[in-house]
Amino acid sequence: MRYLPKSPAERQQMLTAIGVKSVEELFTSIPERYRLKQPLHLPGPMSEAEVIGYFQERAAENSAGYTSFLGAGVYSHLRSVVTDALLQRGEFLTSYTPYQAEITQGTLQAIFEFQTLMCQLTGQEVANASMYDGSTATTEAVLMAERVTGRSRVLVARSLHPEYRDVLRTYAKNSGLTVEEIHYTASGTLDVAALKSSLRDDVCAVVVQSPNFFGAIENLGTVAEAAHAAGALLVVAVTEALSLAVVKAPAEADIVALEGQSLGLPPSYGGPFVGVIASREKFVRQMPGRLAGQTTDQDGRRGFVLTLATREQHIRREKATSNICTNQALCALAATIHLSLLGKEGIREMAEQNVAKARFALNELEKIPGVNRTFPAPFFNEFTVEFPRSVKMVNAELLKSRIIGPYVLGPAYPELTKHALVCVTETTTRAQIEHFVAGVRAALDQPL
Amino acid sequence: MNDRIKKATRHTNQNEGLIFEKSSPGKRAFDLAALDVPPANMGKELGEFHRANGIQDFPEVSEIEVIRHFTRLSTWNYAIDLGMYPLGSCTMKYNPRVNEHVARLAGIATEHPYQPQHLSQGCLKVLSLLEKCLLEITGMDAITLQPAAGAQGELVGLLLIRAYHQKNGNPRKKVLIPDSAHGTNPATAVIAGYEVENIKSNADGQVDIATLREKVTEDVAALMLTNPSTLGIFEQQIPEIAGILHAKGALLYMDGANMNALAGITRPGDLGVDVMHLNLHKTFSTPHGGGGPGAGPVAMKKALEPFLPLPVLAQKADGTLALDFNRKDSIGKVKAFGGNFGVLVRALAYILAYGPGVRQATEDAVTNANYIRKQLEGVFDLPYTRPSMHEVVFSDAIQKKHGVNTMDIAKRLIDYGFHPYTTAFPLIVPGALMIEPTESESKEECDFFVDAMKSIAEEAEQTPEIVKTAPHTTRIRRLDEVAAARKPILRWKP
Repeated sequence: MRYLPKSPAERQQMLTAIGVKSVEELFTSIPERYRLKQPLHLPGPMSEAEVIGYFQERAAENSAGYTSFLGAGVYSHLRSVVTDALLQRGEFLTSYTPYQAEITQGTLQAIFEFQTLMCQLTGQEVANASMYDGSTATTEAVLMAERVTGRSRVLVARSLHPEYRDVLRTYAKNSGLTVEEIHYTASGTLDVAALKSSLRDDVCAVVVQSPNFFGAIENLGTVAEAAHAAGALLVVAVTEALSLAVVKAPAEADIVALEGQSLGLPPSYGGPFVGVIASREKFVRQMPGRLAGQTTDQDGRRGFVLTLATREQHIRREKATSNICTNQALCALAATIHLSLLGKEGIREMAEQNVAKARFALNELEKIPGVNRTFPAPFFNEFTVEFPRSVKMVNAELLKSRIIGPYVLGPAYPELTKHALVCVTETTTRAQIEHFVAGVRAALDQPL
Repeated sequence: MNDRIKKATRHTNQNEGLIFEKSSPGKRAFDLAALDVPPANMGKELGEFHRANGIQDFPEVSEIEVIRHFTRLSTWNYAIDLGMYPLGSCTMKYNPRVNEHVARLAGIATEHPYQPQHLSQGCLKVLSLLEKCLLEITGMDAITLQPAAGAQGELVGLLLIRAYHQKNGNPRKKVLIPDSAHGTNPATAVIAGYEVENIKSNADGQVDIATLREKVTEDVAALMLTNPSTLGIFEQQIPEIAGILHAKGALLYMDGANMNALAGITRPGDLGVDVMHLNLHKTFSTPHGGGGPGAGPVAMKKALEPFLPLPVLAQKADGTLALDFNRKDSIGKVKAFGGNFGVLVRALAYILAYGPGVRQATEDAVTNANYIRKQLEGVFDLPYTRPSMHEVVFSDAIQKKHGVNTMDIAKRLIDYGFHPYTTAFPLIVPGALMIEPTESESKEECDFFVDAMKSIAEEAEQTPEIVKTAPHTTRIRRLDEVAAARKPILRWKP
């Protein structure tokens, strides 16, 4: 086997040195009747070429050749080939969690840079080294708010990503948290009046997403004011991190739970992505996850270490702030490289292209009789439209033109029966947008 | 001293500032195609929400500067690609390069989780085949690939157990955890709403059966057992332990972090385990990447299947694969968009490369650990003498007499060109040296390691200062962790 660096003779030499006759003797502590007598029924062994061939065949069974207008928490953005070239340096790829700081300064300094970039992006004072993804970061942000406030009611915007709400419910079930939903208004943003009437002194967190699941940008100042007046923390979830290049940072938030997939990670059928928790300095000891900090060595040179570990499971065990151990370090590194490449001007330009293309797509769609924008609130690269027919039917027609149509809102929002969430990024060309709009027009022109 | 060091070390490349310190306005490393639609009036589009001044202090550098910056940082890291990484409990094995290649293929990396399922059959087939392979390896009945890492796998496991007991009328109160367990076990039990009761290991480092019998009551939901234990010892009484639990209606959870000792040799499902997680970034070779991403699939017996997280992969009548969201007893979702698909792809690539030969990997891993144990026994104190599986745990009791502790020895190993072993864990061994070579080390590399350890033991006796002040060959010396925690500096500021 090509991955195993031993010849038969070397194996024998080692067994002799150990003092056993055969390798079976090394397994005698496993009761005999539980030891497998037959080889496992597994496909393979495969050569490298066969492994590649298998996955190329699978890749061909997916969506190659289709143009997609899906977003809803996972976005297609341009990535430089430089990112993958650097990520695949073995020194990054095949290194462990940097507990031995002297020989992992590369990873540690990169995490420190990542934390800094996340603070700059979110307008927060501290950011952690990563969480699994945006959905678990949002849940961990709520658990953090529970620790900070000692309260256990959570008010969650209905316009928070449906899957993020699902994850929060799964975790909340056994943590003594009660989760209540706050509706949105006709503008597509949080109903602040409803929020105020639900806010009492038992609420630990108000959770909103911005831009929210419908693409609408929330007025966080107003929400923060209401939450803070009741002594609750404001948790802001961001699923489209690129928006923060042109949309004001959620500086009013007490905790920001960010999904960083947009910052240099491919959609990859849903993962691995990179979650982040950013917050105020005063709450840092209640934060979950790893943190890299700056310090000096015994000769006074700048260096970095994992710090404030007394919050973490390997030290605190059942009293830890979270059970998270493995995080998404390599994905955080991808984001760090990607953002360094984009830089201040590149990320602004990329974000502005998203706004321009989404606006262009909306204008073109609105020219179709019966197609209407649902919510008037400002948006970034996603918006909600209503069709005169079911979105499912429109999407079925679009597939014939090799277009994967927009996200269908109905299943998660039964009140939005004919509504679609359209996403357009800088990767979509004008020609593709026009092809899509023509496809929608044709679908709606079909006789019923 | 230098003649003792057979391997060359690096980590000494030039000093490199932070990316922010290289920034100068107007530089950039990325260009976009010209906009092919009318430009947006950003002030009009976003109104009061417009971040008109951009992101303050974001870096502005050129492409070659980005390449050099991260390449230089990378040279400060130790990595499996450079040499043996014997971190006990972490299974730092070779991460095959082909796995990286296939995970990045167009049609694999490019797919959106919400695209129509008939246009996702390739992805679903990958998931389905990986499920089948992992069930065969573990001997279990059902599996979820959703958990993002081992700790989340543990949580799913306990939520399944909770749902199972709930369905039987009582979720129960306690989870039993041996004192040798990983820290994630107790931290997870609390999130699942359970009280933790620690149980002491006996003198052999095994679960004490008499104590267990006493502790298992109708209040106990499950025992979380790591097997082989964190001492690298196979828990021989595991069928009996399962019997004691099952007699009281409690379940056996197995932390599969150490599956690298068992794959192809024995199957947890056959040993009486009810539910377990696997760490694909350990046993199944997906890269640790400096701390993640991982994947923590959870395999279970039939009785727990109704509670699987959503969605569940299912085959339709026409033979195509689909995601089933309609399961009334499900524990719900633990992560948006399913599992860490890119990690799952890599794990399947690993299994396909080995096929049934995965057993040979296990044999080599166990051979390496026992070889190192044999060579170092007597040089270092071996507190538990039962047969070792994939790792061996020594203590620093002998070196302590000279004022040298496990951390000092670990740091000195760096000078010899190795990553340290795991220090100070498991907690039941004071001053532990936890060594897991994995199957990826040649006899030559194991011999280098043994020589290095023997040499350090000699140094500890003759010139302990050199060990206590190690490392001496790295770009930076031991760092002031106390200062870092007392006044945390967690970000760069201009």
